[in-house]
Amino acid sequence: MLKVALIGNPNTGKTSVFNHLTGLNQQVGNYPGITVEKKIGYCKLTRHHKAKIIDLPGTYSLNASSLDESIVIELLMNKNDEDFPDVAIVVSDVENLKRNLLLFTQIKELEIPTILVINMSDRMKRKGISIDIPVLEKELNTKIALVSSRTKDGIEGIKTLLQDYKNISSDACLDTSKIDVEYFDRLKKAFPNQSLYKLWLVITQDVNFGKVDKKPMEDATSFSFATKTNSELKKLQQKETIVRYKFINDTLKKGYLVDKSKARDLRSILDRILTHKVFGYVIFFGILLLIFQAIFDWSSVPMDFIDSSFASLGDWVRNTFPAGVFTDLLVNGIIAGLGGIVIFIPQIAFLFLFISVLEESGYMSRVVFLMDRIMRRFGLSGKSIVPLISGTACAIPAIMATRNIESWKERLITILVTPFTTCSARLPVYAILIALVIPDQRILGVFNAQGLTLMFLYLLGFAAAIISAYILNKVLKIKSKSYFVIEMPNYKLPMFKNVFINVFEKTKAFLVDAGKIILAISIVLWFLASYGPGEKFNNAENIVKTEVVNQEISSLELDDKIASYKLEHSYIGIVGKTIEPIIRPLGYDWKIGIALVTSFAAREVFVGTLATIYSVGSAGEEEETIKQKMAAEVYPNGKKVFTLASGISLLLFYAFAMQCMATLAIVKKETNSWKWPMIQLFGMTAIAYITALISFQLFK
Amino acid sequence: MHTIATLKKGEKGIIQEFDIDVIPLKLIEMGCLPGNIVELVQYAPFHDPLYININDSFVAIRKETAVHISIKKVS
Repeated sequence: MLKVALIGNPNTGKTSVFNHLTGLNQQVGNYPGITVEKKIGYCKLTRHHKAKIIDLPGTYSLNASSLDESIVIELLMNKNDEDFPDVAIVVSDVENLKRNLLLFTQIKELEIPTILVINMSDRMKRKGISIDIPVLEKELNTKIALVSSRTKDGIEGIKTLLQDYKNISSDACLDTSKIDVEYFDRLKKAFPNQSLYKLWLVITQDVNFGKVDKKPMEDATSFSFATKTNSELKKLQQKETIVRYKFINDTLKKGYLVDKSKARDLRSILDRILTHKVFGYVIFFGILLLIFQAIFDWSSVPMDFIDSSFASLGDWVRNTFPAGVFTDLLVNGIIAGLGGIVIFIPQIAFLFLFISVLEESGYMSRVVFLMDRIMRRFGLSGKSIVPLISGTACAIPAIMATRNIESWKERLITILVTPFTTCSARLPVYAILIALVIPDQRILGVFNAQGLTLMFLYLLGFAAAIISAYILNKVLKIKSKSYFVIEMPNYKLPMFKNVFINVFEKTKAFLVDAGKIILAISIVLWFLASYGPGEKFNNAENIVKTEVVNQEISSLELDDKIASYKLEHSYIGIVGKTIEPIIRPLGYDWKIGIALVTSFAAREVFVGTLATIYSVGSAGEEEETIKQKMAAEVYPNGKKVFTLASGISLLLFYAFAMQCMATLAIVKKETNSWKWPMIQLFGMTAIAYITALISFQLFK
Repeated sequence: MHTIATLKKGEKGIIQEFDIDVIPLKLIEMGCLPGNIVELVQYAPFHDPLYININDSFVAIRKETAVHISIKKVS
């Protein structure tokens, strides 16, 4: 099968071209060892010929400045890689052709047949641009496809060029060795069998080449140390850039014309408002508020639907399959676990929908521009804004979104503090506790106390993230070059197809990555809750029956009581009792202790666990019933368990504690070590413990 | 002596020589080269970051980078 690599600057519509060529025939995976996503798709060129297309991360140059950009150069230097292309396609756009061609001239020197795609042809008229394709093809020594990914115009032309790839030149269009003839002469004499440009790339890269054959690299680097200092190399790189741009300017003079009188400028009109020093911020926060409101409103219907569907499924299985261990595992372990994951899909999908639209339209870069200065005070980058916002749906895709932050220190701090933002899983916990202990009153006649508490908790999440970022920034001694350069792309109307595919991929990532961990832990917890050592557990039924022999209770209530007794004496019940001394100062008893432990699968499991503990089982998880039972729950000495003090303490505990194992797994993957997730686990839980302790002691 | 950081909104300048060790290669590749024209499009509060048009590329850079790039103002 023909192997094609798709390369290009960000914001050229490369992804649209990829989507058009491959449809939904795409797979997203990972490059081994690092967490950059590998996107592969298949394209039917003719009835008998297919092409495998790899969509490489967008980059401005082969000189990589971040992790994902280094993927491009690693692949293109390594002939033995399974994805090494037979043909390269460089995607550019009509308005930024000058800059796009820098990368093109570099790729051309890699001795791979290279095609140039000029995208966004639909904008040419509006901007007064005219292009002489044959002239450019001659000067650049390539074949050009002029396309519009918005109208699909020209896409078939790409397929035609691909079929004919053997006739595409793999010669360079300019010669880099001109920048220092004597130096390159010496290089050629030392390494007669290597491509000069590739040697040059190896010598000047800061990148860690994982898969390239190391021997020629080591020889080349030691050669360079013997003949040029770092500073001299940098000067040569600048000279190389100058030479390239001179070539590009000369070429474009011949084949590219802009009639400025015809150009209409949407960019400056929109930018004047959207980056205004006052209105820019007002609009941004307004948009944020709208997004949050919409996510809340739109998600409730699908979430209720998913909730009842899984409940029905569980009931059906319980009634259809024979009673026994396997059925119990299926219903209470697997189906319950799966339900706990699927129910978050609406919120996550909607959030990503909004973020994707903001990114596709070009607005997100303006947000980064507005927020960078503030974020930097706290050790973060303007680019941290997307992960922090995403964290209000779920921390897992949020952490994955930190990959475009150039500075390792800023990226690390963003990863570490994002879990403080109030994620969707905390909401069911907040909802029930607030309803229970916060009075339903109006404050100052306007604000509802319960609503205020919820808003306060959200703000608390952000505040905790920002403050810990500030502290980490002072404490962590990590040297990290921070060269902030962000392109401000043209505003454009988001294309539905791209947004849809993007949302689909991110939601899938959540389902798979978070899902498998949540499911695994749910099963383990099911086991620990369904089995227990000793007499008390095994004889639960008889013991309880004896206890209630003089009471009038229905058989359903009896079942609930038995379930509750079993839970108390199961393995997990024992764990709850064991940690009780530690959590008593926070206002919790061993029953809450059990719920704290089960929350390690997923935070919202707290509610379901309490339902079981308080024998709400057969009456269903209706909030009213759980609330009533919780409100009625008392200690042996008659005092209530759920008071304002213990309620606030629990709310704060859930706000700060790191309970989500799935998040820890993702952090480990993204930081490549166990050190950071462990610091998160102990640090956040310690903060949770202390604040819960203080608040309980204060309010009781 | 003027730098990109001292440009006013809408003003243009021609880039002079600068210290390569403090300017990232990425910015150079975006078009920050001696002789090229740069225009200030907008600035965020505290003049940081700066949204500029450099060699027909629209980018945003931090003030700490902009102060190192000297320019000659164009009237």
